[in-house]
Parts: sequence; C-alpha cells; structure tokens
Amino acid sequence: MTSTEGTRVSRRKLFGLAGAGVALAGAGAAAGIGIDKATGGSAEAAVTTVDFHGEHQAGIVTPAQANLHFAALDVTATDPEKLRQLLKTWTDAARRMTAGQEVVANGAVGGGEFAPPGDTGEALDLPASHLTLTIGFGPSLFDGRFGLAGKRPPQLIDLPLFPKDKLDPARGGGDLCIQACADDPQVAVHAVRNLVRLGFGVTEVRWSQLGFGRSSSTSRAQQTPRNLFGFKDGTNNIKSEDTDFLRDQVWATAADGQAWMAGGSYLVARRIRMHIETWDRETLDGQQQIVGRTKGTGAPLGQTAEFDELDLDVGGAGGEKVIPEDAHVRLASHQALNGVRILRRGYNFVDGSDGVGHLEAGLFFLAFNRDTRKQYVPMQQSLSSKDAMMEYVQHTGSAHFAVPPGVSKTGYWGEGLFA
Amino acid sequence: MRKSPKTPLAVLAGAAVLVTLAACDSRGSTGNETGTTPGPVKVEASDTACNVSVNTAAAGNVTFEITNKGTKVTEFYLYAEGDRIMGEVENIAPGLNRRLIVEVADAGKYQTACKPGMAGDGIRGDFTVTGGAPKQSDANAQKAQATKSYADYIANNTAALEEETGKFVDLVKAGKVDEAKAAYARTRTYYERIEPVAEKFGDLDPAIDVREADLEPGQEFTGFHRLEKDLYVSGLQADSTKIADKLLTDVKDLVAKSKTLQLTALDLANGAKGLLDEVATGKITGEEETFSHTDLWDFQANVDGSKGAITALRPLLQQRDAALVSTLDKEFTNVQGLLDKTRVGDGFKLYNELSQDQVKEFASAVDALSEPLSKVAEVVSQ
Repeated sequence: MTSTEGTRVSRRKLFGLAGAGVALAGAGAAAGIGIDKATGGSAEAAVTTVDFHGEHQAGIVTPAQANLHFAALDVTATDPEKLRQLLKTWTDAARRMTAGQEVVANGAVGGGEFAPPGDTGEALDLPASHLTLTIGFGPSLFDGRFGLAGKRPPQLIDLPLFPKDKLDPARGGGDLCIQACADDPQVAVHAVRNLVRLGFGVTEVRWSQLGFGRSSSTSRAQQTPRNLFGFKDGTNNIKSEDTDFLRDQVWATAADGQAWMAGGSYLVARRIRMHIETWDRETLDGQQQIVGRTKGTGAPLGQTAEFDELDLDVGGAGGEKVIPEDAHVRLASHQALNGVRILRRGYNFVDGSDGVGHLEAGLFFLAFNRDTRKQYVPMQQSLSSKDAMMEYVQHTGSAHFAVPPGVSKTGYWGEGLFA
Repeated sequence: MRKSPKTPLAVLAGAAVLVTLAACDSRGSTGNETGTTPGPVKVEASDTACNVSVNTAAAGNVTFEITNKGTKVTEFYLYAEGDRIMGEVENIAPGLNRRLIVEVADAGKYQTACKPGMAGDGIRGDFTVTGGAPKQSDANAQKAQATKSYADYIANNTAALEEETGKFVDLVKAGKVDEAKAAYARTRTYYERIEPVAEKFGDLDPAIDVREADLEPGQEFTGFHRLEKDLYVSGLQADSTKIADKLLTDVKDLVAKSKTLQLTALDLANGAKGLLDEVATGKITGEEETFSHTDLWDFQANVDGSKGAITALRPLLQQRDAALVSTLDKEFTNVQGLLDKTRVGDGFKLYNELSQDQVKEFASAVDALSEPLSKVAEVVSQ
C-alpha cells in the first residue's frame, strides 16, 4: 500500500480508477471487473457494490473478485428456531455489508462507550469492493437435528472418496458455508468475521480458507487468470453470458426434487494442494502436455488461440494425439464427458509452508453445478483416475453444499427450508 | 516426472534415437509458431475427392484447414515416406471445418490423404516440402553411448528384480512371514531403481506398485503393496498366494518388455529428475510404504537410479556443462551422507522413527539436488 514516493493514496480513490490496480494488493483484478453495471449509481461506493438481492444469490455468476474468505460452520444449537433467527440476522447483516455499510448502524465507534463495538471496524473507510456473500447448506444440516431431513435434495450427496484423495477431516464438511468474495481481502475477512461473531452460541467455525488471485473467470469481460502452475485456468468455464449453460447446468429447478432449491445451485469445495516445487522442475514441454494447453497463450495444443475449441481428434507424429490421452483439458472437457460442464470459481492459496521447506500452496477449487452426481462426480472420477496432473496435486479438503436461491428485499437466506 | 504410458519416446520400433527425439520436440513446440508457412492449406474433402489447395509448402509449421463436404465422417493425414504419420485429424463430421498444424522439419516428399468413412488407404495426393534445417550431424555418438550404458544398468537391475521377486514370492507362498518381511524392502530396491522404465508400461506399473490409497473404483489391490499390507498389518490372506504369483508374472512381463524399450538421452535426463520427484512427493512424506515404513530403502533406490542415469550421461554432461556435473556430484554426496546417517545394519531406520527435523533435512537436500537435476534435460537436448 505504501507507494515509493512516500505519498499515500486513499483506497477509495484507487478503486475508482480503472486500471490503477497494480499499486494495491488484490486490486489487480478490480480493473478487469470494471464498472458494475448492476448499480449504475454515481456515488463512489456505488460502483463497487454488487446487488445482494435477486433470483439467484450473488457470488456465483458475479464476475469473480480477486479475493476470497470461505468459512464452513457447524450448528451447535439444537433449536431449529435459533437457526432460523440466525439466518435472518445474517441476511440483514449481509445486506448492509454488501452495500458497503457497517454490519450494524453506528457499529464500530457510534455505540456506547462501555459496550464492545457492534462492528469490528477493520473495513471502515474501505469501499464495498464488490463484496458478495453466498450461503450454502451441507448434507449434515439435514441429518434430523432440525427436522430438515425431508428437505434434503437428492443432489446433495455425501461426496465419494476419489482415488488419490488425502482428505484432512479438519478441512472438510460443515453444516453451513459462507463464501465471501471481494476485491479487497480485508473486506472479505471483515464480512466473515462479523457473521461468525453474530453466530456465536448457534454456530461455530469448522474450517476456513483464504484465497487470492481468482483462478477462474466467470465473465467474458474478464481476462483468464493464471493458477499457481502458471497456466491460464478457466478458459472453458461457464460464463455469466452463457445463459443456456447456466439454465441447464448450474441452476436447480423445483422439478429437480426440492422446490425450495429452485434458483439455487450445488457448490463443491475442494482444497487442492499443489506440489509446486516438483512442478517447477518439469520441462515446459512436459507441463504443456500435462495441461493440454500452451503456457503462453493458453491455446489448446494443436490450435493457435486461447479460445479455439479443443480438438481431441488431432494427432501428431506417429498418430499420437496432440492433446495426450491423459492431459488435464481432455479429461475435464465437455467433449469427453458427454457435454457436462461446471461453473468454476476457485482461488489460489498459499497457507504458509508445510514444515519441510515447501510452500503449502494450491488451488481452492469452488464449483457450482446443477447436479453434482451427474456433473462434478463423473468429472472428478475421470480426473483422479487418469489425469497426468494428479502427480502434482493432492486433494486435502472436501465439502459439498446446497446453495439456496437468492432472497427478495424482505426475505432471508434459506427461508424455503422453514416454509 | 510425467508418467504417460503414451510418451512418444517410449516404443517406436526401429526408430533411431535422433528420430524419436525429434518426435518429442515437435509436440512441445506446437504452439510456438516458428517457421509457419503463410496462410493455411485448404483441404476440401468429399466422399470421392480430396482437393488440396496447394501441394507444396516451406518447412516449418504447416497448417491444413479441412472442410468435409461429403456425407461420410472423414479423416485427414499427412504422411512421410513409408506412410509414417506426420499428423492427422480424425472424426471430421460432414459439414465441419477442422484444423491440423503439423511441424515438418525436413524438406522432402510427403502425401496427403482424406479417408471418407475413416477406412482404407484414403485418397492420396503428393505434397512437397521445401527448405528446412539441415539434419543434425552425428555428433550424437555420446548420446548413443549414454543410452547403451544406461540400458546395461537397467538390464542388471531387472535381472536382480526378477530373481529377488522370485525369492520373495516363494517366502510369501510358504507362509514365512518374518523372512518375507526381511526380504520385502530389499526386493523393492530393484524396482524403485528402474521406476522411469517401469512407468513406461502403463498397465504393469500399477499392477505391481499401486498404493492402496490410489486405487480406482473397481481396481483390484495387487502387487508389492498388497503383500506389504498382508505381511505387516492384516496377516496373509486366502488369496495372498494368488497375488504373489501374479506379482511374479507381472514382474517377468515387465522385465521382458523392458528389453525392447528404446530410451533416448532425454529419457535418461527426465528419469533422473523424476526419481527425485518421487522421493519428494512419496518417500519424504512416508506415503509409499504406509504399512512397513521402509520408505528409506525406496529413497536410497531412487537416488541410486537417478545416479545411474546421470552416470551414463556423464561424458556428455562433462563436455557441455562441467559446472553442472560438479554441482550434481556435490548434491548427490550430500543426500547420500544424510541417508548414511540413518543406516541400521544393512538397512535403514523406519520412516516413523525419523524426527521432524530429519525429515526436513532430507526434504531440503532433495530440493537442492533436484534443482540442478532439472537442468540436465536442457543440456542434453542441445
């Protein structure tokens, strides 16, 4: 944040300037997001807000922000009414925070001198930063404690163990999840921290994950970012402009089994550790064959430009496939998976180091799909069995959530559960 | 190391070292756009004709754009003399346009072919490539010498592998659990030394060496690690004998196949690096030998195998990059020194007897060795 000239520029001002991102940690992608069309307001803060209300929750097709704080929580209370009240409280808090306001009015400094401040304060002076808050319900929420067993959607399966999984129970599962995405990491952390605080006595954090440098784009207006392998990631992602794919492959309908999920989606979260040190010793040719794309432009092997369609049938010398049989893009492609697609919204992470001198780094994979049984599961079965990249990655965390539809101006998160 | 069973370097019957190297390079440089012929060559394929817009191109990347105007699904090929495939695109449905970019390094006579119905020799046409880089001269004697020397190393170890596996299997079948355990880690040494070769055989490697945690749905747990589990954890099972017999069969199969394998100097370089990657991701974490904890035996064997490949390449490396050789020597010595400190009798400490500090020390030494090892391929390919 400190500029070399020794002058400090306010964050607010920088965020208003398209393209000024480089000076600011995390703001690089803000330039790519540009002006938010949804609000169109003239106030400075308005250009960095994403509307909280709508048919679907924000934070799914919203152009991916640069930073993530994701938290999975367990419900400790036993009274379903307490859970319902908390969801209402959280919804109100989310409405305020996504609008760039404190979690409660007069929060950080406007309250009584002898009461702890109602807002923790670290986001004071920061703009909304395109904050989105997205909630999800895990399979365990439907286990009968809250009388919700009959509301469990058939799509919300307990994910199977995939070959080569090395799951850490401390990084998986959860009754609920909150996905906070923002241009500024501090805004995302502030939001999760304050929601967690409101939940004490009803919920507790089970695990959480910070992410940076969005590793997928969800809009054609965004450049495809690079993951920590140095490759463009998400070229073939479902984008907000792909309305047919969104309808068919992302959004749940009432006919899918549970009416309360209409307009919702299913979120798969996987913490994927990358062995980046060994990856970095792989030759360029080897890396490109593992991925199936060129590292520079991101073009599929055998093609010339990033968005050229993959051609799985092209062979080179000796008839060997130019995109190898075990290349990542081949196995993950809709061509190889009977047309199956998912909407990815993952982030890079570096959680310090692992104690033996290697970075604890990877990709926090987040994906939304309409039916995990038919989309994510077959895709991951194929990848974990055959993908050449598996030698350099290890799945260490796993969770699955039903993401309810968006809320109206007077509604609350998951109200359909209690109807 | 990349474990593709389809590695183009693998088994090209009769192809010389130089040719296989070129095949590899062409795949990697597909996107680099060097020496591109201006404008694509248009190919109009129908059920009865294969109209190619021009029948000559300059050496380099040649782009074909194929349109299927027929009613049958078709394919397009570019052949070198003797029907050697230079590039192909399959499954071109009627009405579709597809693109094929082929790197043609050498001037000469080639043939185009459309195959309506995806069968037969196709509708051929002559295609001439002009210009091109002069063929690399035979300064490759050192490479040939390196691959021959490494082939000897492989042959020695595969012979020992077959023999030791036979003894180990006999002990398992005789129910001699303690003796089988004593032989287990030593037997695996020969496998771990030649892993870059074993990995070329996509079906045999998993059958012999799969870890329980890596099994695919429906995949049977066989091989060394299955017997490891029986010996160290669950006791011999009703089918342990059958598993032991299959292990020996698979090992014999692998040994026989390895004799036909044509490795390139680049394979040696990549193998030397890949073995240390195995150490970094499997042995240092104690994941390879979950039941017996004999990871350090494998560690030593991987280092041996890596050193074996580097030794074979040594004259070549010494001439091209002497500093790299001395760095490698120093780092190999460092890793070996750490391994020697954990020796117990003719074996090693168990993985679960290592302190966290020792694990970290190993990891750091392996990193320090792997970095220069990863530079060998480039030096070899020059």
